[in-house]
Formats: sequence, structure tokens, C-alpha cells
Amino acid sequence: MNILQWMKEHHVFFDGGMGSLLQAQGLQAGELPETWNLLQPQVLVGIHKDYLRAGANIITTNTFGANRLKYPEGGAWSLEELVTASVENARTARQEFWEEKAAEGTDPTDVEERFPAFIALDLGPTGKLLKPLGDLEFERAVELYKEVIRMGVKAGADLILIETMSDSMEVKAAVLAAKECCDLPVFATMAFDSKGKLLTGGNVETIVALLEGLRVDALGLNCGLGPVQMRPIAETLLAVSSIPVIVNPNAGLPRSEGGQTVYDINSDQFAQEMQKIAELGVFMMGGCCGTTPEHIEKTVRLCQNVPVRQPEKKNRTVIASYSQAVVMGRNPVIIGERINPTGKSKFKQALRDHNLEYILQEGVTQQDNGAHVLDVNVGLPEIDEPSMMEEVVKELQAVIDLPLQIDTSSPEAMERALRCYNGKALVNSVNGKQEVMEAVFPLVAKYGGVVVGLCLDEKGIPETAEGRVQVARKIYDTAAKYGIDPSDIIIDGLCMTVSSDSKGALTTLETLRRVRDELQGKTILGVSNISFGLPQREIINAAFFTMALHDGLSAAIINPNNEAMMRAYYSFRALADLDPQCGDYIGIYGGQQAAGLGTTIGRRGGSFGAGSSSASGGGQGNGSQGGSGSAGSGGLSLSDGIIKGLKEAAAAAVREQLMSRDALDIINQEMIPALDVVGKGFEKGTIFLPQLLMSAEAAKGAFEVIKEHMSSSGQVQEPKGKVILATVKGDIHDIGKNIVKVLLENYSYDVIDLGKDVPPETVVETAVREHVPVVGLSALMTTTVPSMEETIRQLREHAPWVKVMVGGAVLTQEYADTIGADRYCRDAMASVNFAEEIIVEKRM
Amino acid sequence: MEVDRREVLRYLGYGRAQADETVMELMESCLEQLEAAAEPRHLVREYPLMLLPENEIDGGCFRTKSRNLSRNLKDCTQILLFAATLGVGVDHLIQRYNRLQMSRAVVLQAASAAMIEEYCDTVCTQLRRDYEEQGLYLRPRFSPGYGDFPLSCQPRLLDALEAGKRIGIKLTDSFLMMPSKSVTAVMGVSKKPYRCEVKGCEACSKMDCAYRRDASVPA
Repeated sequence: MNILQWMKEHHVFFDGGMGSLLQAQGLQAGELPETWNLLQPQVLVGIHKDYLRAGANIITTNTFGANRLKYPEGGAWSLEELVTASVENARTARQEFWEEKAAEGTDPTDVEERFPAFIALDLGPTGKLLKPLGDLEFERAVELYKEVIRMGVKAGADLILIETMSDSMEVKAAVLAAKECCDLPVFATMAFDSKGKLLTGGNVETIVALLEGLRVDALGLNCGLGPVQMRPIAETLLAVSSIPVIVNPNAGLPRSEGGQTVYDINSDQFAQEMQKIAELGVFMMGGCCGTTPEHIEKTVRLCQNVPVRQPEKKNRTVIASYSQAVVMGRNPVIIGERINPTGKSKFKQALRDHNLEYILQEGVTQQDNGAHVLDVNVGLPEIDEPSMMEEVVKELQAVIDLPLQIDTSSPEAMERALRCYNGKALVNSVNGKQEVMEAVFPLVAKYGGVVVGLCLDEKGIPETAEGRVQVARKIYDTAAKYGIDPSDIIIDGLCMTVSSDSKGALTTLETLRRVRDELQGKTILGVSNISFGLPQREIINAAFFTMALHDGLSAAIINPNNEAMMRAYYSFRALADLDPQCGDYIGIYGGQQAAGLGTTIGRRGGSFGAGSSSASGGGQGNGSQGGSGSAGSGGLSLSDGIIKGLKEAAAAAVREQLMSRDALDIINQEMIPALDVVGKGFEKGTIFLPQLLMSAEAAKGAFEVIKEHMSSSGQVQEPKGKVILATVKGDIHDIGKNIVKVLLENYSYDVIDLGKDVPPETVVETAVREHVPVVGLSALMTTTVPSMEETIRQLREHAPWVKVMVGGAVLTQEYADTIGADRYCRDAMASVNFAEEIIVEKRM
Repeated sequence: MEVDRREVLRYLGYGRAQADETVMELMESCLEQLEAAAEPRHLVREYPLMLLPENEIDGGCFRTKSRNLSRNLKDCTQILLFAATLGVGVDHLIQRYNRLQMSRAVVLQAASAAMIEEYCDTVCTQLRRDYEEQGLYLRPRFSPGYGDFPLSCQPRLLDALEAGKRIGIKLTDSFLMMPSKSVTAVMGVSKKPYRCEVKGCEACSKMDCAYRRDASVPA
């Protein structure tokens, strides 16, 4: 019997706590529990058997903390022996249990059927935090899990139980590991808090989207809470999950009494609470910390007669980031289209220059203006698209919490993005061509995702709505063969420009309606194609957008920084009963001055809230600018704007000046002297770090304006020279390094920012390749100074021309001397001075 | 949580100097963002304490050698193991501005440092009251990394509290705590009251620190 067959009709009862029982048998604080698999096998066999006698059908191996990080190669314990023994102990217990049952009178040939017992290989968190906040690489986490899974499978486990997870990225690593190295069923349970949130920010909806996408066989809750607190979370879970739900609570809420952990409810109350949970529709349950065979026995007794109800398909079309789920339904979804190089020379340049800040800024601006999802397209013939795609996805999801739409025609780029994506992505796109479906559907089936299906195939784009609906049907049918549910498909009916086909819009609109009505499908459109070749495109775009929304469009790929489109969106919602009491509409347009139409852009509260003056030039910015002034220069001189750190005012002043003055004059006669005033003030202690940085940011904004002006007249400003900055290996706090970067850029240095946790080899390679004269290294902790020392040593050996400056909280002049640095920089200005000394003065 | 603005400014290097209006506005806006992003959590557990010769300490769940800590725990019979964090949301916030707007990132950094201190103080004040009702007195928090209390004790302390699983504090390979605004500490429990003169910042031996609280020391 297989667990998946069994759970189709039967309750599944998990075992309960392990740690507390081991402690009761003498496991000492600080002793590694897994070592008892070898040291005290009879204790483990006994515990497993007690749970089986109590009525559990799943016993979990004692491997919660068993991984290579805790049991390193060459350490006191062999990981493989511990894992193997854990499964063997469970198998012994099961065998003895069955023999017991046979001895009690059950027909021995029937005992395995009547008392099915499955061994779950237990996988807990790695104990480390994954990148970008922590230092564990995603692929390393996958490897750590694979290692243990291979051992457990070889030893005879029946299923994989991933539990007590609080990080969506980590659970993704574990599930992928299981899927990539075995065929066993995979269950995953997460530790939520009483508000239904994960410690890393996820919630029930985001986790269900992720885990259903990854095709686990059951998902649920464990640890952290007692059954009372878990019930409402289980309820939410049941409402959104289309696969069976597991609930394994702690024995209650713990408190410490005289050094002992006690729980607020007893085993009878526990079982009664579990019965209430069972009645909600949960048929897979057991216990976690503090629960004992007694808890399980009482739970089984009360719950086994509650009928088993398989979950219904919820047919939700949902995507998610690590913390936000977006459902495609009646409420239209806005997908920001600006992260795309097509027709944007600045964006192309940013990709070539590897200017990720520019791309991040595009994302933030769209989020502030109301995008719910960000489309990510980084395809450019001369760049390595798969690598760039992976990098941009990682960067975006570290900074912006919106779900992403992975937009690429390269299956390799698509896979790399989907693999590192922390959530369930929108995948753009597949179409009716056999070859494309064969490339894309396996990726969606493996990593999860909602996939955009374009209504075109080998024969091109059908001219009629009927033809497009037929292609849509083909896409649904083929997807089903890969196990992709219709709810994970969103159809793009395609928009042909009306200037060449006057029926283009009508055909698209008919397709929308028919996909909705005949296929019960969801739809998406790149709206602005409609107006190609026409003047004043946004007039047509906005009108067509409203028509499409009315005909059921679920998601629109548009420019959320466009006033006309956002007006159409908010008006439609108010008119279509999607904006209760027109609250959002009034919130945005109410109270605006009567002169002309009100504005949408910059009016929303915005997640970014404060002064995100945009790189895309879209910042009409009458929103809150965190005290950094209004859009005009307000009569302030450029110099004052920089000194006072008023970004908008400085940019406006420089624009005014460019009309009458030479760009280089402005830089040399106004901006540099202003920066010097601030720099000197900082050194004297009359100006402090926040002001120094605000000034630097104001200057940066002004430089951008000048740069744009110069490049339009064919001038370029040569950087002074290259400087490498890196936070050394082992250190992941890079704020100091970033401060230095902002200032060096102000002084026209070309900064190569290698990031944080940078291996010495990377610094050396880059220094050699780029022949860089100055390297700046930062370290925050005493524990990471040795890697700074090692980096310097390697630089001396392979790049002897390099001058090294060091800084960071623990460093002192003395320390810097000991590790052989050329200069200790106590603050950011000191590093600018050092660069000037080495690079500029040398040149003179 | 009411965060002491002067502490935030001190972390920003202001010492006794006044901040101008734009910086004060930025600080208020940062505190507002932090209030929304922070999810303060803590754990406390009591362990028996044995002070052994040569400054060796057996804290029930860890053993170490530290002169400073031994002195701090003088006359104590138990310790409280303490861990607190503002949660990973604060790191997300700082990380975001670290890429987009450094001026805000540094103020968030300083404000969240003040916030975790404030949170620890609030929790510990309550603990102190609870213990005093039983006639017991708590020593000030003493954290790994203070004086000669080695950072390498960190894994044992966090494991004993199950801090990874329960409140999400994890360690990097070099013993940095993540979320970054996290604190671990031991506090001695004693029958003898103890008038504490120095704690935290003032207890540190780095006299030339620019961020030192005691303003009589020139920055």
C-alpha cells in the first residue's frame, strides 16, 4: 500500500513530538538528538512503536536536524549512518508492531493492510538563513537536502516530510531536492505564527501558491502554535488549498515552570480541539512539540469517525511573491511593463552597463504607481540573457515584494528565473506552437507558475476570434497532458493594431468574452499594441483598456506610470462595483485642485512612500518627498540644493542652468565646490552622515540630468578611474561599503561594486582583469577581519600595483597596519580622499 | 514602541549636536516604516550557573571562559538566557533602501538599532520586576562579543533557546545573527541586590569609539 492510495479514502494520523520524549529518556541539553539513532536505537524503536500503538499511520524518522552542516564530513558522526539508522529504527518498530498485532489475533497476511504504517523521512530547516539576507546559497540548500534524501530513500523511507519551515525559499529548496532525486510522495508543513504569517514574511496564500505550484502531495501547518491557535489558520488554508491539508500542532502554548516546559491545555483538550479541526475538513493530523502517544491516541479516537472529505478544486488563478499573493479574478490586475528594453535606449544601456539600480528603480516607480505585478524582460542580443535574467530576478525580489512575470523566449532564461524565484511566477509565455509548448510546459509543471498562452500557432495569428479560441483550447488541452491545471493558464487574445486592421480591437474583445464564457478562462493583454502607428496613442490605449476591462480582461500589461491608463483603471473599478463606495477613487482624486483633471501618478500612498525620484523620468512627484522639496527648484540655487540635500530642487536648478551654461562649468564651478563644502563639514564634525548622504543623492540626481544633457549633445564625461568595493567573505553587512560607493560616484569614480560576502579570489580576478588602482574592503565583525587579511595577501601577490583601503566597525589604524592595508579610512570622506590621492594626484 | 530619538542620533554620530529639520523628518518617517515592518519577539529561559576557577563558567547549556562575564555574574546562582529580534521585515526594509536611497538606509539602520535596544530594555524591566517579587535580582544583559565573552558561544545559546525555529534567529558562518537586529544575552540571577553603574555602551572598553554614549569622552 502506498500512502497516496491510502489517503484517498482514509484518515492519516501522524505521530507526535520526539524531542520532549527523548529528553524524558535522558537526552541532555546540547546533546544532538540524531546521535541517539545509533547510541540508543531501542529508545527510538520504543517511541515509534508507542505512536503506532496509539493509532498513528505515519512515523517520522529522527532526522530533523540531520544535515551536512550539523554533521560535517570527517566529524564525530557519519551523517549517512545516522540517517540510515533512523529509518531502520522506524522499520524495526513497524515490524515489531505488526508482529504484535498478529500475535493479538490479526491475520498475519492482512496485518499490513489493516494497520498501514508509513515511514516519513523527516527534513527540518537547514538552520541557516538563505541569501540574500543570509549566507546560504539556494543551490547549496538544495544539495544539503538531496544528500539526506538519497540516504533516507536508500534506507527505505516511504515518503518525504518537510516540516517546521518558516522560509518559502528554503521549503522550495527542499521540495525541489526531493523531486529531483526520488519519486516518493512529498508533504510539506510550515510554522506560522498566530497571525498566520511566517517568520520570513509569507502567509497562507503565498505558501499554498508556492507549494501547489511545486506539486507537493499535501501541505499544512506544524509547530509554533497549539491546536486552538491553529484552527483559524487551518480554516484559511482549507479555503484556498486544492490539495489535502495537514495539521500537526504543538501540545498547546508553552510556558516555563521551574525549568520545565508545560502546556496550557491537556491531552483531552488537545484531542477535542483536533476534532474541531477535523470537522473543518482536515483528515491528516498529528502532533508536534510536547505531544505524546497519549495525545495521538485520544486524537485518533475522537477524529477517526469524522468523514474524510477530499478537498475541492478551488480553481484559483494565483501567483505570489514571498509575501504577496495576487489572484486573477474579477478585480483586474495591473502588470507593469517598464522592465523591458524594447524601444528604450536608456534601459538598453543600463543592461549593457550592468546597471541594476536603474532596473530596480523602474520596478519601484511602477510599484508606487499601482502595479500589482512586474513584467521582467531583459532580452538584448548582445548580453547573456539567462544570467542577466537570474540576476535581475534575484535583485528585484530582494528589494520589491510584488510578484514577477518572467518574460522571455529563451527556455534557459525562463528556467533559471523560475528556479531562483521565491514564489509562484507568472510565465510569459507559451503559444499554440508544439515546439514552444514542449519547451515551456515542463518548466511550469516543475517549478509552478501561471502561464500566459498566446493565441497563435504554426499558422500564425488567427484573424478571427473563433480561430483564437481554438488555439486557446489547444493550449489548455496540451497543458493538461503535463498536469497543468486550466486555472494555471491565462490566455492572451492578442491585440492587433487598429491602424492596419480596423476590426482588430473587436476581434480581441470577442476573444476575451469567449475565453471567459466558453472556456471559463482568464485573460491577459498587452494593451498598448492597439494604437501602434497612431498619434496620441494613450487616448486610444485608455479607451481600449476600458473596453477590454468591461469584456472581462483579468490582467493588463501596461505602463502604470501613465496617467490616462491609471485613470481608466480606477474609473472602471468604481463603475464596475469593484471599488466599494468608490473609496479608492475618492482617495486618489478627491481633494485635488480643480484646475484640469486630477492626477493619479505620485498620488498613491505607495509602498516606497518617500522620495523615490525615478530614473525613468516619470516622477511628476507631487507626492510626499520626505521633506526633500517640491518639483521646482523653489528659487534655491544648485549649490544650496546640494548642500541642503534637496534632490528635486537640485535637479530642477541644474535643468535651469543647462539652458544657459556649459555642463562642465556647472560641474566644476557649482557642484564640486558644493560637495566640498559638505565633505569638509563632515570632516570637521559640523555635518553628519545622513546629511552627507542626502547631499550626495541630490548631487547624483543633478549629475544624471547633466549626463543626459551631455549624451544628447554627444559629449561624455570621463570617469576619473576605477575603484573596486567589496565587503569581505563571511560578512554580509554592507551598509558602510554602500555609503562609500555613493560618495565615490559623486566624485566621478567608476565604482565596481562586488557586493557582500565576496571571496578573495573574486576581488583579485576583478582587480587584475580591470587593472584597478584602488580596492576598498569593508568588514564589520572581528570574525571576518581574517578574510580581509587574506584578500590583501592575495592582492599583494597577484596585483601588486593595487592600493588597498579598509574600513568597517571593528577596524582601527592599528588593525589596518597589522593586516597590511595601505590606508585605514575611518569614514566615507576618508576613502574619497584616499582615492583622490592615489588616482588623481598621481596623474598630475 | 517609543524609541529614544537621541539614541538614534547618537548611532548616527551626532553626539550632542542637533540634527536639522530634514534629518529629523527623515528619522520620523523611518521610525514609522520600522513600526510597520518590525515584529519584535523574544525568548527567555533559566539555567543553573556554576562559576568555576580561572573564570570558567558553566551556564547549564554552554561552557566558556571569560573574565568579564565571570565578574558580571559574581554572586549569581542561575542565569537567564535571553534572545530578542525585530524580525526579518526590518532587514528587508534596510536592504531595499541600501540599494535605492542610502540616506534612508543609514537612518533606518540607526533607528532599528535603537529600537531593538528599547525592546530589550522593556522586556528586561518586566523580567526584573517579576524576579524582584521573588526576592531575586537580575544583573544587566551581557552579550557574546562584550569584552572577552566569546562570540563562538553564540550557536550554543541560540540552540538552547531553539531561537532559529521559534523566533527565526539564525547564524551565518561567521556567527553574525540574522535578522541583523537581534540580541542574545545572559543575565545573572542573584539573591544579592546589585547597584549597577555601567551597562551596555559604557561597559565597553573601546574608549575612542565615535558612537560612545558617554559624551565626556571626545569623539
